Amino acid sequence: MISTLLAMQMDWALVLEKFLLIVVVVSVSLGFAMYSTYAERKVAAALQDRSGPNRFGWFGLLQPVADAIKLFSKEDIIPNKANKVLFVMGPGLAMLAALMTSAVIPWGDKIVLGGREISLQIADLNIGMLYVFAVVALGVYGVMIGGWSSNNKFSLLAAIRGASQNISYELAMGLSLIALLFVTGSLSLKDIVVGQQTNGWNILYQPLGFLIFIVCAFAECNRTPFDLPEAENELNFGYHQEYSSMKLGFYLFAEYINMFISSVIMATLYFGGYDIPFFNEAASSLHPNILALMGFGALMAKTVFFVFVFMWVRWTIPRFRYDQLMNLGWKSLIPLALFNMLITGAVVLYLQNGWPKF
Amino acid sequence: MDKSQLMFWFLSALAVFSSLMVITRKNPVYSVLFLIITFFAISGHYVLMNAQFLAIVNIIVYAGAIMVLFLFVLMLMNLNKESEQQKNKYLLWSGAIAGGMLMVIMIAALNTTEPAVVNQPGAGDIGLIKNLGTKLFTEYVVPFEISSILFLSAMVGAVVLGKKGD
Repeated sequence: MISTLLAMQMDWALVLEKFLLIVVVVSVSLGFAMYSTYAERKVAAALQDRSGPNRFGWFGLLQPVADAIKLFSKEDIIPNKANKVLFVMGPGLAMLAALMTSAVIPWGDKIVLGGREISLQIADLNIGMLYVFAVVALGVYGVMIGGWSSNNKFSLLAAIRGASQNISYELAMGLSLIALLFVTGSLSLKDIVVGQQTNGWNILYQPLGFLIFIVCAFAECNRTPFDLPEAENELNFGYHQEYSSMKLGFYLFAEYINMFISSVIMATLYFGGYDIPFFNEAASSLHPNILALMGFGALMAKTVFFVFVFMWVRWTIPRFRYDQLMNLGWKSLIPLALFNMLITGAVVLYLQNGWPKF
Repeated sequence: MDKSQLMFWFLSALAVFSSLMVITRKNPVYSVLFLIITFFAISGHYVLMNAQFLAIVNIIVYAGAIMVLFLFVLMLMNLNKESEQQKNKYLLWSGAIAGGMLMVIMIAALNTTEPAVVNQPGAGDIGLIKNLGTKLFTEYVVPFEISSILFLSAMVGAVVLGKKGD
């Protein structure tokens, strides 16, 4: 077995490089999500004219650590009537689906270390956008399995709500992505970012598509105003009602990771990714490592802005009713996305071939 | 044994094992979950054959949408308890015989065909999205459009059936 593995003559440096990159990306996502919980409380506090967490650490900066310790040290309860295997699997699946998307995101341009060029992207798939879409589609299993295996009617209702909501909004999201695909002409996220560096950001060409995408992203992340799977006033606590301790923590954490990843995706698809605004990367004489770091900084700045928008909306807009949610998804967003697709397709065809001659 | 062969055997074993689990589990929710694993294994095979588009669409459509609906229905019907009633003994035997005959026919049919020229893993590039799109919209444009009309009519039919009550 060992000899087989050695005989494969893999590029071990490449394997090591990708492994390190995965570790870094996952820890950055986790760290970001951790401080999103702090940021959410602070933003909520600012919007409601309170001061928010300010006891533990400077300005309450250690609050997420305290929360983590609290969640870890709580008693881990598995209900008697629950399906134990699936009950434990649920939060794991939610976390897995949340973290998997980060594999195709270009976090920056390449850096040079000891004469070796390292691309800051785990995998540059030529179907990157579809991969993102597939992982989003899988995200619903965590909610469904967790909700069903709890053997609780509120959890089950929440799971079914979550599933139908995700399926409904995936359609409009996919249609808005198709319109974006007409503009970029590539499914690889790297190509999309490179194209935006030369042609300008996609938001200029696809404002309506972006609007549809962001609404769908809110619904897919189960964030207010679409947080019906965890509507407290109707369903107690939704699909994670029976969960406690770190399993509950995983569900809550997966939501923040989803928020972070969808912000990165929005920044990458519509706002130039790691492109630094009003700055020509190709013509600058800076060292590539510094450029890559600056690009990463630009991507993070855009991401932080979108995460802020997520929180801003949460504390501003009240929750929809369930039929309103479905009406918005099926009767407004999908026709709008189809219309956007039609217009984009017509304009792209016109620009390529000119007016049709009969 | 090289890398792709190792992957092939792993994915094949996974696919066969999980499909066996699909039909032997008593709890239908487990069956659905194992079916999802089967789809992932098959997608892995597509990737090995350099058909990335097919692989990802398989996951989006089957694992991401159809299986969610299956799970949805199972959860609503609440087949949690093993409420399957005792099957008729004759039904069981006739099912086994019919299935066995189908298997014999398929083995016989496959036995007499010419051995196909199998692409080396990762060799062909027809599965890449660009080539696939070009082929679909030039050589196969008529079947493609006809199948899309078929889908449209199926969609209209589903809506009509769904609205029957009102």
